[in-house]
Amino acid sequence: MSNTDIIIHDEKDNVGVVVIEKITPDQDCNCWIMENDKSVSIQSIDEIPLGHKIAMTDLNEGDTILKYGHDIGKVVKNIKKGEHVHVHNVKTKKW
Amino acid sequence: MEIPKSFLGYKRENGRAGTRNHVIILPVDDISNACAEAVANNIKGTIALPHSYGRLQFGADLELHFRTMIGTGKNPNVAAVIVVGIEPKWTKRIVDAIASTGKPVEGFSIEGVGDIDTIAKVSKKAQEFSMWASEKQREECPMSDLWISVKCGESDTTSGLASNPTVGNLMDKLEPFGVHLCFGETSELTGAETVCEKRGKTPEAQAKFKKTWNDYNDFILKEATDDLSESQPTAGNIAGGLTTIEEKAFGNFQKIGGCQFIDVLEPAEEPTKGAGLYFMDTSSAAAECVTLQAAGGFNIHLFPTGQGNIIGNPIEPVIKLTANPLTAKTMSEHIDVDVSKILSREMNLSQAGDELIKSTLRVANGRLTCAEALGHKEFVMTKLYRSA
Repeated sequence: MSNTDIIIHDEKDNVGVVVIEKITPDQDCNCWIMENDKSVSIQSIDEIPLGHKIAMTDLNEGDTILKYGHDIGKVVKNIKKGEHVHVHNVKTKKW
Repeated sequence: MEIPKSFLGYKRENGRAGTRNHVIILPVDDISNACAEAVANNIKGTIALPHSYGRLQFGADLELHFRTMIGTGKNPNVAAVIVVGIEPKWTKRIVDAIASTGKPVEGFSIEGVGDIDTIAKVSKKAQEFSMWASEKQREECPMSDLWISVKCGESDTTSGLASNPTVGNLMDKLEPFGVHLCFGETSELTGAETVCEKRGKTPEAQAKFKKTWNDYNDFILKEATDDLSESQPTAGNIAGGLTTIEEKAFGNFQKIGGCQFIDVLEPAEEPTKGAGLYFMDTSSAAAECVTLQAAGGFNIHLFPTGQGNIIGNPIEPVIKLTANPLTAKTMSEHIDVDVSKILSREMNLSQAGDELIKSTLRVANGRLTCAEALGHKEFVMTKLYRSA
């Protein structure tokens, strides 16, 4: 088993979580999907620290972020596959 | 792993069992703290539980104050109690309710006597209680005597990935043993509230949860100046990679595994529907939440953390676990159980759950938690609104 760089909770999720200290730009990352025990790979664009999210697909303003297979917020700025997903491009749908 | 059938606890007069054997000096109000602390300083083997309130409260807020005081005294981790208040009436109300457990309890009031003579009188009684409690021995108790509460704090994405699911795995494995379980944090279920509601075992439990969450949300909408985005997620959560309250909520929700809750409790309310999982309406502030759960009668607490919360409680031991490898390294003196190997896939969830069960039983049997060894005794009353 190769090292896991990113863990994805659910097959439907469009973001994954970095589980190594950080990933660097243009890194080829191994991703593990917990739900079905499958592996996929992705190339990063940004540097992303431990615990932060990476976009697994291109996302447009207004799209919904899925994690745990559930809606966790909306995209407020277009995001490319491999970019860092956080408070600068995603907001809550509550409040 | 074969799960042990028993642990070594202190059997109490009312049939409950404690994981600790504290003698507490409980001030009814803020102005009785000095007396309570002086007594605890005089008499070894006692602890004072100072707090900030207890004067001119009224209505539901006053009832919550009494419920928290009384529940703290009744908790089976407490062997004996001395209640000290400024005036006799409220003091007596608390003493009488704690006495229903059959444990030694005595009340003193300061008005008309003064601090110094009260301290002398209380110290004599405290010495008697402390020496009496010191002879209590641990005995074999069934697993069903464990009442386990859970709450996470300083969460990050590793909480939802690994440390919270580890707690969920423990719940799934221990629920069949007749353990009482409790989760809370009404605000931190925001975004996952409809999914959580469906985990109610009965239509009544579901409806009660829905009402509790809606009441909370209405309160937020009424009181908030803009929204909660400055508080939920916290700056620590955001540093750890959590982006929205919804993401935090789904991570939080992993703590109950596949269990269904049988009832919804008021803050500090004791469960009465038998073994199983309960939801308690609490704040998500760590010390407030654990204080309320301890007052509900829970005798051991599991606290997953991501970025490193350091909370403890004076009567309920708080076991901390983390899946964040940096936190496990940089804050090791606060972490009882390190499950960061889940992230590197050197450990699976079931193995992590087994490790947590083993650690929980060691603490139930008497091993000090990190928070106990470090002297964390956060006792924080929940206040619903300003006093009269």
